[in-house]
Amino acid sequence: MHIILSTIDNIYNWAKSNSLWPLTFATSCCGIEMMSATASNFDIARFGSEVFRASPRQADLLIIAGTITYKMAPILLQLYEQMAEPKYVIAMGACSCSGGMFKNDSYSVVYGADKIIPVDIYLPMCPPKPEALIDAIKKLQNKIKQESLIKREAFISSHKTNLHLKDDLDILTLKEDVQIFKMGL
Amino acid sequence: MSIFYLIYIEFMIRLNAPHWLIFALWHLILFIFIAILLVITVIILVLFERKYLAFYTRRKGPNRVGIYGCLQTVADAIKLLFKENIEPKNIDKMIYYTAPLLVFSPIMTVWFLIPFTSGLIPFDSSCSLLLFMALLSISILAILFAGFSSGNKYSLIGGLRACAQAISSEIPIFLCLISIAILSGSLNLDIIVKTQKDSIFDWYIFPNILGFIIFFISALIVMNRTPFDLPEAESELTAGYHSEYSGMKFAMFFLGEYALTFIICAFTATLFLGGYNSPMGFYFSDLLNLPIIFQEFLKNIEQFIWLMIKTGFLILIIMWIRATYPRLTTERTLNLSWYILTPLAIFNIFIMSLYKLLRSIL
Ligand code: SF4
Repeated sequence: MHIILSTIDNIYNWAKSNSLWPLTFATSCCGIEMMSATASNFDIARFGSEVFRASPRQADLLIIAGTITYKMAPILLQLYEQMAEPKYVIAMGACSCSGGMFKNDSYSVVYGADKIIPVDIYLPMCPPKPEALIDAIKKLQNKIKQESLIKREAFISSHKTNLHLKDDLDILTLKEDVQIFKMGL
Repeated sequence: MSIFYLIYIEFMIRLNAPHWLIFALWHLILFIFIAILLVITVIILVLFERKYLAFYTRRKGPNRVGIYGCLQTVADAIKLLFKENIEPKNIDKMIYYTAPLLVFSPIMTVWFLIPFTSGLIPFDSSCSLLLFMALLSISILAILFAGFSSGNKYSLIGGLRACAQAISSEIPIFLCLISIAILSGSLNLDIIVKTQKDSIFDWYIFPNILGFIIFFISALIVMNRTPFDLPEAESELTAGYHSEYSGMKFAMFFLGEYALTFIICAFTATLFLGGYNSPMGFYFSDLLNLPIIFQEFLKNIEQFIWLMIKTGFLILIIMWIRATYPRLTTERTLNLSWYILTPLAIFNIFIMSLYKLLRSIL
């Protein structure tokens, strides 16, 4: 039994890790670095990740490329929840890791995207170089290769968000149970 | 009947198989052949397109999975197979779930109409051209279904755009098919191929070059390929008609799109570029002195290779166009097909009739 499972694990992890399709999502300056990572000098197509899907239903990887403001936070959460299950998140840039240069005095910036959604790989620097993004993707691939179907429950529960949007229609209104939006106000 | 069929019958009769089994099994074998061919072509085509686009933008393209990235699309396929199946809240369930099947099955049926070699015509019908058009329209209907049932305004706009485009471009396609039917005097694809077998100058592209160009452009519009990929324009419509589909259902749309690309190119090759005929007028296998059965077998393989070369050439042109041109707007696409392609195609029928008449007189 264990042998069969580990074989399936190997094939599945190989497939998952080698076709990470990112979501087209860039909120500010880090997005430029993400774009240049797809261009000819750096070329993340080599690792099979150049298929940027515009629809979150078809994407596997959410690269949070840029500052997350309180106004953007519900949208980020919504996009994350719209993605289909084996989904991974890279927090790209100091802003989405911890608030970055807005950390001390900004009233509008979320201090770290991990306050909203679970993050798999943190990629600091301001902005990270495209090589660093490729390195983050490689690290994520290695992380995926350690996964196992037996530990799937734990994995899913660790990839759940604590926050929930009540209804898609009023994503932009502040909610009582969404504490995060009040933090900076 | 074809040589393969004869060999098969011979073999089965030696085994004393009942008649119904022989009949049913032959169709099953054809089905398996088509299905395997389809999956392999789509997997190769997607990989090839990614590599080719990378070549155009001076990148390397996928090269980490397998040798030169040859297993990249296999990995993608396995991943899509295992992806979560999302069911959005306000969908029309029945239509939502039929759409991916409906988009794929007509395209797969069209594959049966192609004469792959002189001995292998999965479904030999006297009205293949009509069937081709009819089946093509069903897959467009499925795209409209997908857009309509998703309960998403972008999907709906994508579906409507696909429908508008397809209606406007199917008319020039049909008119071009009529011009081919006039030249060959038949609606049967096998006869159409056999009438252009003697040399490269017998191909219908030579009298009918205008028809070829119109057919090719209209086919691009029907296939939703760049520069006419409005139904899934990423910058305006998220992912167009399939933006609410995830995992395997999305893969069906993907598969259908590439299978359609391949099959339309194979059709174009069959209609205009002589199909499985060799351009020299003779086959290399004819030069060998082998027993007739081996020779026939080799000839069939060679014909298949010729068809694939011609199809591949057309696919190359389509990808080249994709790497070069930006997207048109909706009304320009529609204007193109209603005001330019359709009148030209009617004019083309007139010229072809005249050509046929003159040839029969002189
Ligand atoms: S980390 Fe720096 S480059 Fe990236 S979004 Fe923040 S400020 Fe811009």
